[in-house]
Amino acid sequence: MEFKDYYKVMGVARDATEAQIKQAYRKLARKYHPDVSKEKDAEARFKEVGEAYEVLKSPEKRAAYDQLGQGPRPGEEFRPPPDWGAGFEFSGAGGGRDQDYSDFFESLFGGAGRGPRGAHRGPDARGEDHHAKILLDLEAALTGGSRTITLRVPELDAEGRLMAKERVLNVQVPKGILAGQTIRLAGQGSSAGAKTPGDLYIEVEFQPHTLYKVDGRDLILELPVTPWEAALGATVKAPTPGGTVELKVPANAHAGTKLRLKGRGIPASTPGDLYGVMQIALPAADDDAAKAAYRTFAEALPFNPRNRLGV
Amino acid sequence: MRADNQAALAGEIFDDRPVLTVEELSRLCAVDRTFIVELVEEGVLSVTEVHGGEWRFPGAALRRARTALRLQRDLEINLPGVALALELLEQLESLRRELGLVGR
Repeated sequence: MEFKDYYKVMGVARDATEAQIKQAYRKLARKYHPDVSKEKDAEARFKEVGEAYEVLKSPEKRAAYDQLGQGPRPGEEFRPPPDWGAGFEFSGAGGGRDQDYSDFFESLFGGAGRGPRGAHRGPDARGEDHHAKILLDLEAALTGGSRTITLRVPELDAEGRLMAKERVLNVQVPKGILAGQTIRLAGQGSSAGAKTPGDLYIEVEFQPHTLYKVDGRDLILELPVTPWEAALGATVKAPTPGGTVELKVPANAHAGTKLRLKGRGIPASTPGDLYGVMQIALPAADDDAAKAAYRTFAEALPFNPRNRLGV
Repeated sequence: MRADNQAALAGEIFDDRPVLTVEELSRLCAVDRTFIVELVEEGVLSVTEVHGGEWRFPGAALRRARTALRLQRDLEINLPGVALALELLEQLESLRRELGLVGR
């Protein structure tokens, strides 16, 4: 088992005051809160910080933890001492949160003050609802279809400790689901101690797509065109989720011109649109012929794009 | 690891149903109904219709209420603070989206 240095996690000294610990927690919690943070490992860091704070904010837990010293020497396995916890009374280990703690935390403070959840309910009550988040590929929203998703579900083991279990579900994704929406799976929540199982609610976000960006129901595609296609107008090919289409570029188009393909976005009773946002792509001037062509261009079209800048 | 069901489970888009009552919302968030009322009073949640004298929320209110709850609990901020944070997060989200649309 890995020893957790909670002081290091919080970035405080071992003799930090309660106020300093609280301050450090607040700062880190704001930085890594999964609803606020865009840091890559925000969720894992937030859990780690929450766990450290859970221990360090409680005088009893902190005192007990301090007795462990600085942890085992590098490469050594950590094991709780046999007389661990003697003389300390821990209350409310879980703090009412449904998060799963590290094995290290569980081995020290697990089980304390955390009764089986839902135990107060009668046997005929509804089971607990579960909530999860998933990252879906955009195609799932465009066409619907089944996806296998893996969820980490907190479950109580035989000793009443909260453990994260993997649960694999095969889900029919409803066509037209949008980022930020929730999929409900009736009866897929917890059935522990209940006649009717609860429901499972899954918040959906999309993985970044290689071609399209998503704005509500609309899809946005960066569409590169040549300078002459933009200037003279042209019919160019563009990918859409439903296959390649021909798109008319109007004459005198410029970078940023939006070309709308109605109804080619995410399906719905009023489906979203697909927008091709034009980007002018310049051929490289890497041989004599190309350089000559650019020079001809320059002579034929005296043009100062910096007019507006006053130079 | 086990696949719970061989056949795919049919998912429904929850947000399509503008029918959550205060009771349902408070049960789904595992909070007291007064918390939901406070969220409405603070303008975090908006009531889309009143049905027989009872409030109804869109399904999307679930996610918003749960986010508000997490912010309040994890960051120990009060409801006006939560409301402000949610608003700023939304602005940030739409700015990020716009930025994402302009080049990479």
